[in-house]
Amino acid sequence: MSDQTAHGTVPIACSINGRAYSLDVQVNERLLDVLRYRLGLTGTKEGCGEGECGACTVLLDGLPVNSCLVPAYQVDGRSVETVEGTDEQWAAHLHEHGTTQCGACTPGVVMTARWLDDTNPEDLSVREALAGNLCRCTGYRGICEGIKATLKARQQSSNEEGNP
Amino acid sequence: MKRIEGISKLTGRERYVDDLPLEGFLWGATVRSPAARGRIKAIHFGTDIDWSQFVIVDHRDIPGPNEVAMIERDMPILAASEVRHAHEAILCLAHPDRHELRRAVASVRVEIEPEEPYLDFVAEPTQSQIQYGSDNVFKHIAVNKGDVEQALAEADVIIEGVYETGAQEHVYIEPQGMVAWEDDAGVLRLTGSLQCPYYVLNALMHGLNRTAEQVRVIQASTGGAFGGKEDYPSIIGLHTALLTLKAGCPVKMIYDRGEDLAATTKRHPSHIRHRTGFARDGRLLAQDIDIRLDAGAYVTLSPVVLSRCVIHAAGPYQCANVRINGQAVMTNRVPFGAFRGFGAPQSHFANERHMDAAARQLGIGPAELRRINLIRDGQQTATGQVINDGTDRVGLLDDALSRADYGRLREAHRAFNASNPYRRRGIGIATFHHGAGFTGSGEVDLASVVNVAGLADGRVEVQVANTEMGQGALTVLTQIAAARLGYDTNDIVIAPADTALVPNSGPTVASRTAMVVGFLIEQACDDLQAGVMQAAACDQRPVGAHLKQAIQIVVSQTEDHQPIIGSATYGKPPDVHWDEATYTGSAYGTYAWAAYVASVEVDLRTFVTTVTDFVAVQEIGTVLNEGLARGQIEGGVVQAIGWALSEECLWDEQGGMSNAQLTNYIIPTSCDVPLNIDVGFVENPYAYGAQGAKGIGELPMDGPAAAVLNAIADATGVNPTVVPMTPERLMELLVPNE
Ligand code: FES
Ligand code: FES
Repeated sequence: MSDQTAHGTVPIACSINGRAYSLDVQVNERLLDVLRYRLGLTGTKEGCGEGECGACTVLLDGLPVNSCLVPAYQVDGRSVETVEGTDEQWAAHLHEHGTTQCGACTPGVVMTARWLDDTNPEDLSVREALAGNLCRCTGYRGICEGIKATLKARQQSSNEEGNP
Repeated sequence: MKRIEGISKLTGRERYVDDLPLEGFLWGATVRSPAARGRIKAIHFGTDIDWSQFVIVDHRDIPGPNEVAMIERDMPILAASEVRHAHEAILCLAHPDRHELRRAVASVRVEIEPEEPYLDFVAEPTQSQIQYGSDNVFKHIAVNKGDVEQALAEADVIIEGVYETGAQEHVYIEPQGMVAWEDDAGVLRLTGSLQCPYYVLNALMHGLNRTAEQVRVIQASTGGAFGGKEDYPSIIGLHTALLTLKAGCPVKMIYDRGEDLAATTKRHPSHIRHRTGFARDGRLLAQDIDIRLDAGAYVTLSPVVLSRCVIHAAGPYQCANVRINGQAVMTNRVPFGAFRGFGAPQSHFANERHMDAAARQLGIGPAELRRINLIRDGQQTATGQVINDGTDRVGLLDDALSRADYGRLREAHRAFNASNPYRRRGIGIATFHHGAGFTGSGEVDLASVVNVAGLADGRVEVQVANTEMGQGALTVLTQIAAARLGYDTNDIVIAPADTALVPNSGPTVASRTAMVVGFLIEQACDDLQAGVMQAAACDQRPVGAHLKQAIQIVVSQTEDHQPIIGSATYGKPPDVHWDEATYTGSAYGTYAWAAYVASVEVDLRTFVTTVTDFVAVQEIGTVLNEGLARGQIEGGVVQAIGWALSEECLWDEQGGMSNAQLTNYIIPTSCDVPLNIDVGFVENPYAYGAQGAKGIGELPMDGPAAAVLNAIADATGVNPTVVPMTPERLMELLVPNE
């Protein structure tokens, strides 16, 4: 692709954190840039820009993706969830367990945790699910424990809601 | 107490430099040297770019001297006529569109007349490679205690070894970034990801020829630093500032990961030789240690890194005869700089690996050899500092061993190894120490100042230049002030780390914030209480609710309700004496002590080493906040495991980093490390630290590499001497090439 064609724009319609958006995005624009620089959703971070660190993790149609690798035009007709659209209960729970230090990896970690909560995959441990979220501060124990405790608490509260 | 800014980080509301709202700004970028060394012949600007749309800055745009003010002033802000390392900055560009900017950077071709680079810091430089003094050595440091030659001549056993460690990149998850703009009053403001606002302020004043009033540096929330944002922000800060001044509008410069990996500082590679005399019964008689550090192309912080490296080189042991020769050598690589541990991890790796090799040759258990030699109260370190702190260092080791179930595990591993065809388990120990705060007379020279301000509503604001970068400084400093004043932590405010608002309480480095700055906060709180007591004519020192009320009254009685200030300036503890000329005396006010035990499993088919269990026991004075302290130890241990096993900077023929990607510069993931690190604290309050605290942040970086490689030695019987011990290196040891 030449640099000239890289300047074309594409209209897209998508849902971000439950809100409908119509945008003209450039063909070389990343979902990460649309979130951060156009919509001001700066919770999603860029740690590497090459799909290695997971700081840019968002949920795309419910699946965790590295938003630095997703061309924005591919989001047309789909739904995106970011840390900003996350129930504050999450933060309150995770706060109890030393889950964050510098915070740069944290929004991505929260999104991976939300995916675990949504899908509850049987054959995947929290530790394995987090393999794509690099953290340079915590050593991961605090993150894994925080997520486990949060998942458990959420499970319990949804059970209680289910059986009053 | 939980981390103050925790919820803000967990909800994504915390604003880092690239998240700050900014309008009408240009993006900045840097054009760098393609060559290790040479003269700049010409700079060719690509013809496919409309350069009239760009702001271009080179060395001629620098208002002051073309020098980054650090320990020395050898590093140019932008290379003028010569380059000394690949990726050295030559030009800065700015443009509103980031894609255009990238295209423009790629289109600039810098033509270099090459000169012979010096890249192998272990080899003596040839005549044409010499670029500093007569031998490229930036700094020599020597320690001499007793008579090493005599003691070696009388020793029963002499054991020699050479140990090497590679460069390590910080990989803070938030890359370097800076925003600069000039405000209406003509003050140049800089906000960014940084550890030390006053370092950046000094560099800006010098390079831009401005007074302190004409520059203002504000820390943005910082997404990890580990030393990597100690000196480098001065460089990116100057670049961003120069672009802003020329452009006349705000400029934002955020490095992408590749640039950050290639162009910023890293941990110094080391080459350390030990020659050690032992008595047959295991007593250390003489330690002869040669240290060579690769300092990279400019001096930066290397003299101080070397200093800490030398001072820790003999380990936490008693030995009457010690000779240490340290050199930091200039090479044509990216400058190496501050990284958690600051020279001590290299020293301790070499010394603790060497102790294990010695134990094996002496036929004494590795734990026993350490027990015999660990320094006892009343004995002296290599610099002649008498240790008298009451810490039971042997007890610390025994505590770690019993937590690790060392004896039983060793037996279990032997049995496992005998019965398993291709997996080998082993266990390794490291005992070590870390001097807290600045080395030698460093704290005295800094003369840090801390203010606390009683506000109109009775709350107290702590004014320090020390920064939160994930380690928990905001929380711990709040706790310290609250405890001292009898306040609720909600009534303590930490002022922003903004040079216009806070005094210079010194840099956020050297594990000094809680201990040294916290101690100053306590003294400033005392001063505030004394001031309030006098102004309010109380008959006793007010605390808690009384203090709050008294502050409200005192402030309301002043003209324009100015806060009442308590202040403190660093004063040397009375029993600390250091002689820089002879390198003798109290190198540090105090030390933290530690004993770590690692278990590993090595797969003989893949040569992959997995750390399966880890015990980290340390004496750090008082533990101020157990959750945060544990987080520091766990994170440090994991960062050190990365250094020990997988993190390797590879270099191209121009001396630049060839694996400047997280794809192949491998830091540990959640699946690569033990999640069950057993962290133990032993408390022994230090009289000159806040609530008795000693430094903690760097300690956990010092010991794990040796413990892990000792465990590999135990598992496999080989003698690994190089960090990182990658599968490739281990294969060479286990399957010597046919
Ligand atoms: S920024 Fe997307 S994976 Fe690192
Ligand atoms: S908390 Fe700093 S990178 Fe995870």
